[in-house]
Amino acid sequence: MMIQRRVLCLCVAGLLATLVPTARASDEAPDALVRRLSEQTLNTIKADPALRNGDIQRVIALVDARIMPNVNFQRMTAQAVGPAWRQATPEQRKRLQEEFKTLLVRTYAGALWQVSDETIVVRPLRAAPDDKEVLVRTEIRGRGEPIQLDYRLEKTPGEGAGWKIYNLNVLGVWLVETYRSQFAQEINAKGLDGLIAALAERNRANTARASRS
Amino acid sequence: MMSSQTASRVQRLLLGALLLIALAGCAVGPDKRDPFENFNRGVMRFNDELDTAVLKPVATAYQETLPSPARKAVGNVFSNLGDVWSTVNSLLQLQIPQATESLMRVSVNTVFGLYGILDIASEMGLERHREDFGQTLGRWGVPSGPYVVLPLLGPSTVRDTSAFVLDRRADLVREFDPASTRNSLYALRVVDTRASLLRAGRLLDEIALDRYTFVRDAYLQRRQAEIFERGPGELPEDKKDE
Repeated sequence: MMIQRRVLCLCVAGLLATLVPTARASDEAPDALVRRLSEQTLNTIKADPALRNGDIQRVIALVDARIMPNVNFQRMTAQAVGPAWRQATPEQRKRLQEEFKTLLVRTYAGALWQVSDETIVVRPLRAAPDDKEVLVRTEIRGRGEPIQLDYRLEKTPGEGAGWKIYNLNVLGVWLVETYRSQFAQEINAKGLDGLIAALAERNRANTARASRS
Repeated sequence: MMSSQTASRVQRLLLGALLLIALAGCAVGPDKRDPFENFNRGVMRFNDELDTAVLKPVATAYQETLPSPARKAVGNVFSNLGDVWSTVNSLLQLQIPQATESLMRVSVNTVFGLYGILDIASEMGLERHREDFGQTLGRWGVPSGPYVVLPLLGPSTVRDTSAFVLDRRADLVREFDPASTRNSLYALRVVDTRASLLRAGRLLDEIALDRYTFVRDAYLQRRQAEIFERGPGELPEDKKDE
């Protein structure tokens, strides 16, 4: 008797569940979004040897097409820059975002070569349904010890997949926090334009290194 | 070759140097966590020069001559020895499931993995948990203290440095006799570790605006994360935006 009632309840719940999402068909759950993005990216990399060899143009194209629409990159840059962001002109903000993005994409490209038989495991999400910001934890499993890779996402109803990534944690180290002191150092010494110049210089040096080797 | 007496004398010298830095703590840098910044930067420069001149070339040659399965075997043996100390520290932190897992790793790898040459435990799904005494102290609430860069050893904190002395005492490589074997093993371990970091070193050169600050901030965050593994992962400053 009990079992029959539970089955009935489950059926009703299942029916309701198929009806409800039509209201906001585009909004994905944050952990589902991270899983989809990671798997798509991993599969693309595995299928494309040019990407794995660090072909920078292709990596940029991949990041722009697949990952950037799901990242609030302005928020990432603003947090890394800190209080000085408020005084930045629109032009300075634009340049900061561009240079910072180039720097990070190159890092990302540099890490791709090792991708081979890795799989992504998304850990169970611990969040309340009405949370505006959530932490999604994943692990890259392959050879050796699993690599911890966590994401912070903010709710963006109706925009993109409904969530955007605004910080990233590799092996316990948050990306934005790791750049904050370095950025502050440059800003204190040479101002916002000094920071932009330093980032641009770093990117130029990296391009030169890559073409040499 | 360094005898164990000289080794312990070097250790004492290092500690003495640290005490001196601690006393000379009036040269306060801009970052609260890093009052010895000027001194630390000097040590990092020294380490980098030594690395470029000696360690990095040796590690590169090691990586290029020894085939990857052999390097893997070397790394596995040292990791297996390390798992023993991790077991002890997990126990000291009362992390019983972790301690059990580490203990099982040691047994499986020592017996079936031919003294740790093969890492069978990982293939069985037994994860490695690296735990050192600095983490144990941190777990019980000992604050990390200021950031320090140690000569030869690199990034650390005052807490982790004092804990490191005990970590060394418990180092199983110490049990090997005679001293020549022991010292060769120490050297091999250093080279093996450095070789495994070659790629990361290149990456670091590319992504850091200031390597010193990058390494410091990443190290301090990583240690914190290791101590409160898979904890709430909260960022205190995360909420305020723009």
